[in-house]
Amino acid sequence: MYRIRFHGRGGQGTKTASRMLGTAFFLAGYQVQDAPRYGAERRGAPIFAYVRAAKEAIHERGVIREPNLVVVADDSLVPVPAAGVLQGATARSVMLISSSESAATWRDRLNFPGTVLTLPAEASEQAELCFVGAACTGAAARLLGVIPRAILEAAVREELSALGEDIIRRNLEQALAAFDCMEPHAGSVNEGVAFSVADAKAPDWIDLPVDESDAAAAAIHASATSVEVRTGLWRVLRPVIDYDRCNRCWWVCSEFCPDSAIKVDADGRPEIDYDHCKGCMICVAQCPPHAIAAVPEQEFSEKTP
Amino acid sequence: MTRALITGNQAAAWGARLARADYMPAFPITPQTEIIETLAGWIDSGEMDCRMVMMESEHSMITAAGAAAATGVRVFTATSSQGLMYAMEMIYGVPGMRAPFVLVNVSRGLQTPVTLEPDHTDVLAARDSGFLQIHCATCQEVLDQTLIAYRLAEHHRVRLPVIVNLDGFYLSFTREPVEIPDPAAVDRFLPGFDPETTRFRAGEPLSQGVVVLGSTPYSYFRYETHLAALQGLPAYAEIAADFAAQFGREYGALETYRSDDAEWVLFIMGSFATKAKDAVDRMREAGWKVGLVRPRLLRPFPDEPLRQVLAGKRGVAVVDQNLSMGKGGVLHSELASVLYGQLDAPPILASFIGGLGGRDIAPEEFYEMIQVLHRAAEEGKPPPPRLLFTGDELREVRKLQAIAHAERTEGLK
Repeated sequence: MYRIRFHGRGGQGTKTASRMLGTAFFLAGYQVQDAPRYGAERRGAPIFAYVRAAKEAIHERGVIREPNLVVVADDSLVPVPAAGVLQGATARSVMLISSSESAATWRDRLNFPGTVLTLPAEASEQAELCFVGAACTGAAARLLGVIPRAILEAAVREELSALGEDIIRRNLEQALAAFDCMEPHAGSVNEGVAFSVADAKAPDWIDLPVDESDAAAAAIHASATSVEVRTGLWRVLRPVIDYDRCNRCWWVCSEFCPDSAIKVDADGRPEIDYDHCKGCMICVAQCPPHAIAAVPEQEFSEKTP
Repeated sequence: MTRALITGNQAAAWGARLARADYMPAFPITPQTEIIETLAGWIDSGEMDCRMVMMESEHSMITAAGAAAATGVRVFTATSSQGLMYAMEMIYGVPGMRAPFVLVNVSRGLQTPVTLEPDHTDVLAARDSGFLQIHCATCQEVLDQTLIAYRLAEHHRVRLPVIVNLDGFYLSFTREPVEIPDPAAVDRFLPGFDPETTRFRAGEPLSQGVVVLGSTPYSYFRYETHLAALQGLPAYAEIAADFAAQFGREYGALETYRSDDAEWVLFIMGSFATKAKDAVDRMREAGWKVGLVRPRLLRPFPDEPLRQVLAGKRGVAVVDQNLSMGKGGVLHSELASVLYGQLDAPPILASFIGGLGGRDIAPEEFYEMIQVLHRAAEEGKPPPPRLLFTGDELREVRKLQAIAHAERTEGLK
């Protein structure tokens, strides 16, 4: 059975990427199971999705514990513990990271037990963020080595059929370019094995102690904890105010901001709290004089490494 | 017949569409919302002829479903978790109207604390209501059981609403290959609803949900509903046989897997049962005589079929993905009541609580359950109930509590 896990951020097409790969397997005659996992759905938040494919019926369910292939659409997720990018990786696992840094750098940095490959900048550079998923699918399909190019194309078309020919064409370009550029590594991902009884370690079950009720009540005692959560890390696009164009209306952007992350001073000058702006771009859409631009976060991280 | 990769939610929607539901009161809740979104899309595009009404709550939704069913139309509705809880007054109210309809519940753990992930404590709260309950393990089963549920609900000797349950995330958002039957074939299996005498009209007034003064009529009506629910067992067997004859897929009240010659049996409900099946295969490879029994019908409970398939077994590990506070696993109690006093009942009936809030059950945990049965049989001593919870998990909780403690004491300064 192939066990593949995709990591990305809400809005990068990670769920769609897993579905395109699932459909490609399905069209290639495999039994398939694919599913996304996330908490509250929101743009920029870490999500993962997984695909299982096998020639026989699939009984396994839920999170993948030993992935054969881990696909990371956003390299900023690697250091986020909650994203669990490295979870369950073994010497037999292959990790594919969409990154402008080299595979060697990632290998050293992560001490990854398996193979690390990058989806090089050439394949994804011109891609807008929302097409990263398609590139990842194309690359994954080639690494698996059991999905022909024509089937990948058919799967992309099927999954995106409701979105119109232009979107399909742009996703296909990304998926097929990534498929082609992974040619040297074609078929480098192997199927995983079943978890045999002989190899299993007995679970470390414990008896839960009876705790005091104040400790065992699901309550948060500290106040204003949401301030501590730097939700600004979820952002893939940053709203940037052009103060020459801002007409100091004093209320539109700040009022529409769903996170109260825009403050306006006594002179009507708005200021964005980037620690908590999630990058929803509602202010960009609402600003009457079009004084707020949407700038990819990547541009800022490149300037300040 | 089309074979497609669809989610459990879409499979439920296909069930409602192929059943030609006439009316659908709705209210959104994660992880069920995709069902009503899918149906709304089909109604909007004209692919489905159904009246959908967005209600102001699940309480109203179930009331509307029962009232609409009483007029003699085919009704579909869906909810999950806290939504089912909010509807609970009417969940217990509508079955006595004896107006059949189908409610899909997408299982999700109950608060407190709030979770989005699944366990069966939500749907088990409806256990004693008069709704019949069918539990699914695959997306295919969700579609097929929705069709079977209409036949069961509308069966002349039953006439009760039916809940079809699927697990949130593990089925609701998971795509699997599903055979979508042809509408004409479904029409042969499930003809239009014959409301019989259930046909409330403005010109033929009727009072439902009435009061009785005195315990005699109360006892009569309540017990009649119970008897009708029990009639669901033979009715289900007949309908499932019809379904198998037409579509080739077998859905007995119990699913049994490699259990005929098994000495040890895993008893588990819902989609985690497919994980247990995998574990059974691995244990068989290792030479262990293990099988699996999964109840599809929870209400009516298949007492006699269970006695038959478990007769002579050495031990049963019951995995409850639910928790009755102050008692333990609900299925364990239910199964014990079926087996107690039977001369050939398994001597060991062990209780495991697992999968709460979607917590994974690892293959080695299934292996260990069978080891627990072994040891209990050797020692001749029943094992205590066991929560599937590891030392690592407790360390994770202790870490969170340490942070909470620091925040709390800082807050007192």
